[in-house]
Amino acid sequence: MSSLLDKIINNKIEEADSYNIRENGKTIKRKENEYIKIVNKEDSKGIDIYVKENTLFGIIDIPVIISESRIKDVVYNDFHIGKNANIIIVAGCGIHNIKHKTSEHDGIHRFYLGKNSKVRYVEKHYGEGSGNKVFNPITEAYLEEGSTLNIETVQIKGVDKTTRITKANLKENATLTINEKLYTEEKQYAKTDFIVNLNGENASAHVTSRSVATENSYQEFTSDVIGNNKSFAHISCDAIIKDNAQVKAIPTIYAKDASANLIHEAAIGKIAGQQLTKLMTLGLTLKEAEKMIIEGFLK
Amino acid sequence: MLELKNICFTKDNQEILKNINLKLLDDKFYVITGPNGSGKSTLAKIIMGIEKPTSGTVLFDNIDITNKTITERANMRIGFAFQQPAVFKGITVYDLLKISIKKDITKVEACNILSKVGLCALNYIDREVNSSLSGGELKRIELATILARKPVLSIFDEPEAGIDLWSFNNLIEVFKQLEEDSKGITLIISHQERILDIADKIILLENGMIKEVGDKSILKDIFSCPKGGELCE
Ligand SMILES: Nc1ncnc2c1ncn2[C@@H]1O[C@H](COP(=O)(O)OP(=O)(O)OP(=O)(O)O)[C@@H](O)[C@H]1O
Ligand SMILES: [Mg+2]
Repeated sequence: MSSLLDKIINNKIEEADSYNIRENGKTIKRKENEYIKIVNKEDSKGIDIYVKENTLFGIIDIPVIISESRIKDVVYNDFHIGKNANIIIVAGCGIHNIKHKTSEHDGIHRFYLGKNSKVRYVEKHYGEGSGNKVFNPITEAYLEEGSTLNIETVQIKGVDKTTRITKANLKENATLTINEKLYTEEKQYAKTDFIVNLNGENASAHVTSRSVATENSYQEFTSDVIGNNKSFAHISCDAIIKDNAQVKAIPTIYAKDASANLIHEAAIGKIAGQQLTKLMTLGLTLKEAEKMIIEGFLK
Repeated sequence: MLELKNICFTKDNQEILKNINLKLLDDKFYVITGPNGSGKSTLAKIIMGIEKPTSGTVLFDNIDITNKTITERANMRIGFAFQQPAVFKGITVYDLLKISIKKDITKVEACNILSKVGLCALNYIDREVNSSLSGGELKRIELATILARKPVLSIFDEPEAGIDLWSFNNLIEVFKQLEEDSKGITLIISHQERILDIADKIILLENGMIKEVGDKSILKDIFSCPKGGELCE
């Protein structure tokens, strides 16, 4: 299954400071070091990852692979990040399903970020084979004072159904950045939900979603941002729509404090004719021009 | 050689171009001028295939290209610089120059093309061609994508618009160079006297019709107009 692993993890897993590989519902390989400890939860329902205070530049890989059909894997991964630690977590889930039964992975990730810690969390979903592939990731994040969480998620084709829920609570001076990239085709269904509470003074959230919906696919983007204090949020949802696809964006911004500054931008539309024309005048065909515009958009 | 025969263009019951006949010869430098809304951009778009004429024929080197697509015309080495350049998301100046040239070029080669249009290349090469670029910057990148292609027929729609005076001198040099060593046809839409000065021939368009073709003397009424660039009735 190493090829599936390569599809979801960009770095070489052996070079990570620590890792935990889960295949078909069980941990099959693990590495720890003196700063990063991985502890099993009961009934192999998941893991607790403890990162010591002041750990610098740690890299943790936690790939999940499902290669058997008719698997429903529910996993709880809890990250306890010590004060001032600075780490990168690379999570990814690959489903290889060639049977007609559904394979499903529901990852529940909880992040507890200590004071002034910094986490970059990269997640990639990848599905292959004609069987039904379902992902339902839930992310919960608790950001202590001055901490920073940077989430990057990518899901390009291959996943039949996803409902993604991301919830975050931010204390003072905490920063949350989310970059989401999504491409759906065929009859795929993707729903994304962001619920962000800006509780502390100067907490800020920056959410950017770029998506392409093609053929008969459906996408729904909901964001619910509450400013409980002097805080800042910028939510931007930008979708290219084609064929018979449908895209729905439901923005909610709720300021409960007069000094909260919350911005929401949502745009759904087909590829601009002017962009296509320009690339065709440079010799690309209509198809090539479309491909270049979409690839650039999701880059 | 480019030949337009009886080109008419109607949109929303409005006659935008009325029976245009024009012959453009190789190695010559032409400027189309005329008041706003006279149909200059529309005519240029018809040559590039962006608009289809309601009737009439477009011949390029004796081949009827009236029904050819934009892509086919681009591959016959017709180039078009838009009056209002398109902006993208995630496509860089470098990406655009690479497809313009149709091969992988190094960043140094890309920089050389950009410096021709007066852009300090290293600052721009990796920038996205998006709306964060100023109007003048976009315009110059647009020019660079055409110059890079070395077209046999180059069309520039108001290339000087939005370009500051300092860079304008530089731009004139670019066009003078083009005029000197071009093996093909250059067609520029412009109102600028200094561009009109380089022209081998000036085509004056008014109300969707060619009013006159000739040297700068056909415009003497315009340049002596007390209202400035506007045409005096
Ligand atoms: N797609 C279109 N639909 C409707 N009307 C159009 C369209 N394109 C051009 N026109 C009209 O045709 C006329 C000529 O437009 P065109 O852009 O060719 O003028 P122009 O000479 O290039 O003007 P300018 O100097 O302002 O660039 C204008 O009245 C314009 O409103
Ligand atoms: Mg025009």
